This record gives sequence, structure tokens and C-alpha cells, in this order.
Amino acid sequence: MRHLQMSAAALALLAGPALAQQDTITVGMVLEPPNLDPTGGAAAAIDEVVYANVFEGLTRFGPDGSVQPALASGWEVSEDGTVYTFMLNEGVTFHDGSDMTAEDVVFSLDRARAGDSTNAQKALFEGIESVEAVDPLTVKITLAEPNGNFPFNMAWGDAVIVAPETVEQLATTPIGTGPFEFSEWVQGDHVTLVRSDSYWGDPVALSTATFKFISDGNAAFAAMMAGDVDAFPNFPAVELLSQFENDPRFEVVVGSTEGETILAMNNQQPPLDNVKVREAISHAINRQDIIDGAMFGYGTPIGTHFAPHNPDYVDLTGMSDYDPEKTKALLEEAGATDLTLRLMLPPPGYARNGGEIIASQLREVGIETEITNLEWAQWLEQVFGNKDFDLTIVSHTEPADINIYARPEYYFQYDNAEFQALIQELSVTSDPAKRTELNQAAQRMISEDYVNAYLFQLAKAGVKNAKIEGLWENAPTQANDLTDVRWTE
Amino acid sequence: MLRFALTRALSLALSLLVASVVIFAVIEVIPGDPAAFMLGLNASPEAVAALREQMGLDGTLFTRYLAWFGGMLTGDFGVSYTYKVPVAELVAQRLQVSVPLALYALVLSTVIAIPVGVIAAATRGSVGDYGIMGATQLGIAVPNFWFAMLLVLVFAVTLRWFSAGGFPGWDAGLWVGMKALTLPAVALALPQASILARVMRSALIETLGQDYIRTARAKGLTRRQATVRHALRNALIPVLTIIGLQFSFLLAGAIIIENVFYLPGLGRLIFQGITQRDLIVVESLVMLLVFAVILVTFLVDIAYAAADPRLRRKR
Repeated sequence: MRHLQMSAAALALLAGPALAQQDTITVGMVLEPPNLDPTGGAAAAIDEVVYANVFEGLTRFGPDGSVQPALASGWEVSEDGTVYTFMLNEGVTFHDGSDMTAEDVVFSLDRARAGDSTNAQKALFEGIESVEAVDPLTVKITLAEPNGNFPFNMAWGDAVIVAPETVEQLATTPIGTGPFEFSEWVQGDHVTLVRSDSYWGDPVALSTATFKFISDGNAAFAAMMAGDVDAFPNFPAVELLSQFENDPRFEVVVGSTEGETILAMNNQQPPLDNVKVREAISHAINRQDIIDGAMFGYGTPIGTHFAPHNPDYVDLTGMSDYDPEKTKALLEEAGATDLTLRLMLPPPGYARNGGEIIASQLREVGIETEITNLEWAQWLEQVFGNKDFDLTIVSHTEPADINIYARPEYYFQYDNAEFQALIQELSVTSDPAKRTELNQAAQRMISEDYVNAYLFQLAKAGVKNAKIEGLWENAPTQANDLTDVRWTE
Repeated sequence: MLRFALTRALSLALSLLVASVVIFAVIEVIPGDPAAFMLGLNASPEAVAALREQMGLDGTLFTRYLAWFGGMLTGDFGVSYTYKVPVAELVAQRLQVSVPLALYALVLSTVIAIPVGVIAAATRGSVGDYGIMGATQLGIAVPNFWFAMLLVLVFAVTLRWFSAGGFPGWDAGLWVGMKALTLPAVALALPQASILARVMRSALIETLGQDYIRTARAKGLTRRQATVRHALRNALIPVLTIIGLQFSFLLAGAIIIENVFYLPGLGRLIFQGITQRDLIVVESLVMLLVFAVILVTFLVDIAYAAADPRLRRKR
């Protein structure tokens, strides 16, 4: 029996828990990525495995959301702001041994913006007129018009640099330039990455990283408790997190994400085309009740479509503070009584639980709701595609995405020429002070127009072994960057 | 006999054809576009259109049906939209978990249930019998996911004898693989064993009341000899039928247990396929399951006919 336990312990070592100084990690994830090609799908789970670990772009996001050099050691912008010249790092190789040169950058960006491109964030590449390799380590990118956001755009997982000869296999065996190489994928169970010995930058501390896919909250809890998983950066059951707090083996980490969670309203659908009705709904909502009831207290109230941790954020929650009497007065003023609205809820807990709370808050001011629960695919078709809805709850997790309000065909159908002009100006401005001013004006405008009811910024709530350091606390992009992760002691 | 087999084979082919049409139609009418699902909230319409074309979703329903069905005839089950690997490969991988798990659970439940059922029948009306009946009643009533969570808490979290879930793959070794499947198999086996034990008990009690048992006893066999030699063999027939049914249930119906132990089995593949609108995976997988069931029925028909000539004439 003794012997049996010993061999069991030896086996368990392979899977995770620390007995000595350790250089392997097992990270839990709720969803399995459908494939591992960040340039061909929007699933956040893809970036959560490969971003910064396997693939790199010209630039990258730092843990605080700042844009940092990556494959490009630096860049220069022409006087008129339309030509970006990126200087590439020397000695960068792909995991298959071939050199990463300016030609690969040209290929990757041209592929992403091509007519038949299936890049999920094709808009990032829209302004590019041409991409040229000046020499093997210099790339010149010409834009149709100045774009102060261009280095930011190049930091997305969708803009990583890939080699032409490996694009066909990226979905199943990704080949990038990052500090980790893809090792194996047991579909339905885990993906394993190993340290790349030929990495051009500082070598990482971890030798092996395993991403394990566990969607059930109780199973995730058991996996942490049993030591099968060392860290679960986005824990699937926030209500169980408090149980880790009293256990010295673990540390609960709560940060912020780029996820503005909103009660979206169909701005073209009567009576919601009336700003008074939208304002009335905004005042009927008690944000703290939703955060406490649906998110177990994790989340920061927001009053506009902007992340509170961003330096340009303006606190506009006062514009739509909880005031049921005001709601009733506004509804009367708008002549909208006996309202019944359709509330469509996608699967995440924030939507399903939050939806019930919002429905009861609306009932208190005399607005009835018909709740329909939808799967994601149905939601995408009916709400997002066909705009067949009155109200819905969704978290917009893309970073700095206030520009979606400049797209009149976007699902909530906000059509304001003034706002569109503002975003147009923002996109061609590179001066930081001016950008702040424009960003703040944009935040105010959508808040004053009560386009949507702004609920809260989605928290990133997770748990990790207390001996691990270097994991991102916040999520400026959805990623599990392991480049600085190590075990202490 | 040959003619009988041929007509049966023809009806098998027809059933498959009808099933394929029904499966395809039902799955294709589910709202939701796989391409839009993959590209998410910020995708441009051109990118979605390009992806639809790449996936072969731009044709009419009929041409897509023909491509799918024709492919299956040649053994090509298509390529998963989301995973981008051949469906056959995905299914084969999942079967490596689901088949051993189902067999493991089945062996466990049989090994437990048959002796328990026999003891209960042999000691009918005793305290032991009542105890067994009570325990099996409980075994059926306890939800197996709850029992599974209990197993995890005791054996994984507290005692640390097993990991809390997951499947490392058979490459990690037979023992490692079996170990990973042990708690799930126990959780699956409990209700099955309870049902089986009760069936065993009542079947044995019934056969023990038959005339030939009385004859055997009259010829001088002890009660135990009569039970083991004559009654048990006959009582096993209903038990075997139940075991057969349980196996097909365990194969694809273990989805809840697969979730608790995050095992990559067939049930979760179907579930993921539906939520991600990976229609080709769902269609091909359901078709395979239908094929398996129809094939088993066909073989059973043939076996019955071989055993009982009266059945051949009845068409």
C-alpha cells in the first residue's frame, strides 16, 4: 500500500502539485478553444492559450493594458502620421526553425486584410494601404489616413505574425515565435506548451505549461482543492471563491477586464427609439443590486461604455442613478405606459441572473418584460444579426471598443452623425491630450443619449496557488500571459 | 434464410437513409450560423461570408446534404468546423474514453449486482434481503452527479488518492488511464448496479418458483445446487437484456458524469458540437449512433431467426 501511494504521488507530480522548486504549471480554463489559430476566430479561449505564449505580434499588451514592443523593437511615425516604420528584433525564429523576417510581417498583415480573410477583427487592418519589406528587419506600413491607434491595433491576438508555410496547420499545431512551443492537444482535456529553447528574448521560467479545460464550477473547485490545477484565472463559480480565501494554500485574485456589461436597447425599435424611454429605463436600474445578486459583489459600476481602469475614464454613473420616481415621471412624459419589452438573455451567468434582477426592477416601475433565454448561436443570429429584440444583456470584452457606437448597423443601432464624426476624428488623432479629450467627449455623448443602460465592468475573479507569481491580475486582453510566471521559494 | 437476411439488410439501408434525412433536416433548422459564432461580436460581414464559403456552407441545403451523405458513404465524415480536424478522428479520440468508461462501469455494476441479487433472492424475506432492497432503492434514488461530487470530495480533495477529474490519455499508461476512469466508473455503476441487482433478484425468485426447479429439488439437488445449476442460468436472460441496454446508455448518456469529472467523452462532444453550432460533428455523430443501434437490431433479428425458424416466415 505504501508503495502504491508512492507511485501515485510520483504520477501526481506529472500533473501538477509542488513538492520541490517547480517549473511546470497547470492552468484551468472554463472553455476549450475550438482551434488554436488566433487569426481565424474570435473565441477568447484561443488567445487565453496562445497569446504572448506561442504567438507574438509587432507589439503586445502589457499587464496594465499599455502597448509595448514585441517582435518590433521600436517604430517611427512619419510627420503626417500615415507611414509607420517598424524595426524588427534580430535573430527571431519560428518554432519550426525558420527565420522570422519582414516578409513574414508583410504576409501576415496582407493575409489579415485580404478580401477572403476570415480574421474576426478585420477592422483592425482596414486603414492599411500597403505593407512593404524595406529590408529583412524593417517593415514600412502605409495607412490611408493617420491612425493614432495603429500600434494598439497591432497588439491584438488577431494581428500576430505567422509564416506562410504554416498557416494551414495553425488551427491544430500552431507555429509561432513565442517563448513557448506547442506540444500536444488532447481534445476535450488539455493543451500542453513547452519552453522554446530557441526563443529570441529572455527565456521563461516555466518549462511546461498545461491548460486544462473544466467548465463545471464544482469540478473546478475540486480540481483546485486536489491540486490538479495550480491556477484558475477566470474561475467559473464566483460564489465558491470565498471558500479559497480562508485557505493559506490559495490566493484569490480579483482584477478588472475590458468587459463593459450593458443592458443593450434596440435604439430603432419603438418605444425605445425615444430617448426619454431609454433614460427612464436607465434610472430604474439599481446597479449594486445586480452586482451583488448576479456577480456576488464582483464588478465595478459604470455609467458609460468605457473601462474604469483606463486613465481616460469619466465616472458618469450619476447620469443614470437609481431613481424609480424619475423613471415614472419620464415614462409619463414620453406617453409610454403599460410597456412590455422583450428581454433576450445569452447563457453567461451575468446575463441570466442579472436579467432576472433587472426584470424585477423594471416591474417595480411598471414595465413588464418577457424573458427569453437564448444559446450563444441563437443570440448571435436573432439579436446580433437580425436585431430582433428590445433589450438584451451582454458584456463587450474587446478593449477600447467605444467605436462600435459609430456603426449605425451595429445591433443596438445607435445612429448619431455627431458621434460618428467624433470617432472619425479620434481615429486620426495621435496627440495623447487630444485623444483623452475626444475619448471623454465620446463617453459623455453616449451617456447623455442613454444609448444603453450601463451596468458594470466585468471583474476577472480567479484563484491561484499562493506560491505562483507573475500572472496577470487584470485582463487588458483575454490572455494568460505566462512569460513572467514563476514559482516562488 | 438468405432471403430473410437480404430483406432485413434492405430495410436496414432504408432506415439509415430516412434517418440521415431526418437528422440533417432537424439539425440544419436550428437557428444560428456556425461562421458568425466563430467570428464573434466584432466580425465584419465579409469575413463571415468568406468563412461560410470556406466551410462549404454557401450551397443550398440539398447540395450540402448530398455532399455530407455522399462523403459518409465513402467513409468521409467531414471536417469539424471549429476544431478543423476530421470528425472521424474526433470521434475515435472520444471513443477511447467513452468505450473503456462504459465497459469499466458495466463490469463494476455486473460484478456487484449479480452476487448481491442472488443473495437477496436466496434469502428472500430475511433481514439481509430487506437491507439489500433498501440499499438498492437508495442507489437508484441518489442522483449520480451528487454521488460523483461526493466521491471527488472524499477521494480526490480529502484523501488525494485520485485526481479530481480529467483524462491524461492512454499514452500516459494503462494504469494512469484506468485510475482516471475509476471514480467516474464507480459513480456511473452505482445506479446501474442497483437496478441490475433488483432485476437479478426478481428474475431469480421467479425461476426458483418454476416446475423444473421443483423437479430438480425432487431429484435430490440441494437448494444451492438447484439455484446455481438451473435457476441462475435461466434468470440471467432478462439481466443480460438490461446489461445490453445499459451499455448503449453508458456510451453516450454519461454526459453529466463527464461534466463532473471533465472527461473528454462522446456525450460532451455532442453537447459542445450543438452549442458551437459545429453541425457537421453533430450530424455525423448522431448518424453513427443511429447506425450502431440499427446494426445491433439487425444482428439480433438475424440471431433470433437463426435460433427460431418460425420467425423467418413472418417477414
